Amino acid sequence: MTAVDSAATVDGTAPVPARRLRRFGPLIAAAALLVLAAVPLFLAPFATTTLSRILVFALFAVSLDLLVGITGLPSLGHAAYFGVGAYAAGLVSIHVTAQVPGPLLVGAGAGALAAGLTGWITVRSHGVFFLMLTLAIGETIEQLANTWESVTGGANGLTGIRSARFAGTPLVVAGYTYWYVLAVFALGFAIIWLVARSPFGAALRGIRDNEPRMRAVGYPTALYKYAAFVLAGGVAGMAGAALVAQQRLVTPADLGFLTAAFALLAVVIGGAGTLWGAGIGAALVIVVRDALGPSMGGHGTLLLGLVFVLVVYLLPRGAAGLRLPLGLSRVRSAVFKAPRGGPR
Amino acid sequence: MTVLRCRGLSRSFGALRAVADVDLDVAPGARYGLIGPNGAGKSTLFKLVTGVLRAHAGTVELDGRDVTRLSEVRRSRLGMAQTLQHASLFGSMTAAQTVALAVQRHGVDAADRRRISPLPRRQADVWERAERLLADIGLAGRGRVAVPSLSHGERKQLEVALALACRPRLLLLDEPAAGMSAAERARLVELLRGLPREVTVLFVEHDLDLVFELADAITVLHLGRVLLSGSPADVRASERVREAYLGTRRRAELFTAPGGPDVPAGA
Repeated sequence: MTAVDSAATVDGTAPVPARRLRRFGPLIAAAALLVLAAVPLFLAPFATTTLSRILVFALFAVSLDLLVGITGLPSLGHAAYFGVGAYAAGLVSIHVTAQVPGPLLVGAGAGALAAGLTGWITVRSHGVFFLMLTLAIGETIEQLANTWESVTGGANGLTGIRSARFAGTPLVVAGYTYWYVLAVFALGFAIIWLVARSPFGAALRGIRDNEPRMRAVGYPTALYKYAAFVLAGGVAGMAGAALVAQQRLVTPADLGFLTAAFALLAVVIGGAGTLWGAGIGAALVIVVRDALGPSMGGHGTLLLGLVFVLVVYLLPRGAAGLRLPLGLSRVRSAVFKAPRGGPR
Repeated sequence: MTVLRCRGLSRSFGALRAVADVDLDVAPGARYGLIGPNGAGKSTLFKLVTGVLRAHAGTVELDGRDVTRLSEVRRSRLGMAQTLQHASLFGSMTAAQTVALAVQRHGVDAADRRRISPLPRRQADVWERAERLLADIGLAGRGRVAVPSLSHGERKQLEVALALACRPRLLLLDEPAAGMSAAERARLVELLRGLPREVTVLFVEHDLDLVFELADAITVLHLGRVLLSGSPADVRASERVREAYLGTRRRAELFTAPGGPDVPAGA
């Protein structure tokens, strides 16, 4: 077998239908981006705003998927880094500059820094301990946001955030804000996606599957998990900065348990480990919570719970496990005979 | 000069002295067998050598370098590779992806000790090497198969391919032939025989026929201690080894000693 052949083998480890899909992957991604970019030209401002929210939350969920689905670290406190990024971006927008890359870079940096400070202990724990530690860190940071009023505005949240400025022009119109959020989403998604399909990403999957074996093969697994944790924190911080640009308000609820739990829900609904699935899950969560929730008298969360139960029972691999009925039998055999996997 | 040198190696679990004061010298290029009845401390000794477990006393030297306090990961970088008794692999990967994990960590060849790269550059080399290792081990054309779909014997072979991909100086095999079919076992013997002499092999095995077929030196462990170290002929001739395995004179130990001797298949 030649080198070229074996390279093709690896890209072709997925079953046939998926491989065909993969060949069109860049095309599909470009088309999706184009459709998303065209949306504000056709939709009402309210719908555009909802879509902005979805993109913000989707990026947050995708960053969590790097931990949950790729590395096997189910974090209950990932909202902390989302929130820290949002507060940092907000504070920079108020006190220093709202000029476009500024708040974004600060938000990403703050998220990565917060993850860096808290991650070294957490990544060395496993299973329930990891869940509990991340939960505790998330709660602690939420408390901090609640009580440190002089900086965070306490329970009222951080208000008076100036709208993001691009080349000196404030992005006040919903459509422009949306494009900015979309750009941040595309950038963050691309970062996570490239990392997930790199050799580093393959090592993270190995750690997820069998950490002791990875150590035996010579991988310093704690370091790898830490790097993934910090990176996910940084991208969550980017999503936080996008949140600030979109709603120009940050409240302690944004880094609370419920936000973290919703993100985890989005990852599970979408199918952990697929990245784009997390985006779909995030869309579902936001639509149910923000669009359907009010018309249900505030019982949107209940509906989400129901969706969660149904997904876990009916679609163990999440929305990403859904395929067109056309190739159902082939897909089924592919699911049971070949791994999803392969450098994506 | 020895590749692996252990002195006074000891490890206890509570009151049980699993490994007690073990000395071991493995010469370069050796095919060194480690045998003993169940509970003799073979697996514990293995874990002390690889660094999965910390020794309570004694030292481990690899190529003259004291590695007693080094982690498993550092020892792997220094040239130790292992296979585990129960094939323990990656459930979501194919055979080729599994081997590629070790190849990308330890490099394609001696000149290439490149660590992880953020971008998938030169991946074609990695896959080519992975496919070649699979072919060497008898898994040619099985690279695309998911690990859970491989047979038990194939998984054991994949374990060996994974360990070889680490480009080891010292290869540690924990019961490599356990559960293999006769054909797979024969191929394994052929493969281990064909390994370059730069690779020193230390293996634990219950199948004594295989041990005598392969090993040029043997240590017999019994109740955590070295009963005998010597050539296969010495071990065959030893009355004490026979006793340890069959327990003719010291049958009482079956009931008093922790993890007493039993009779393995092929003894």
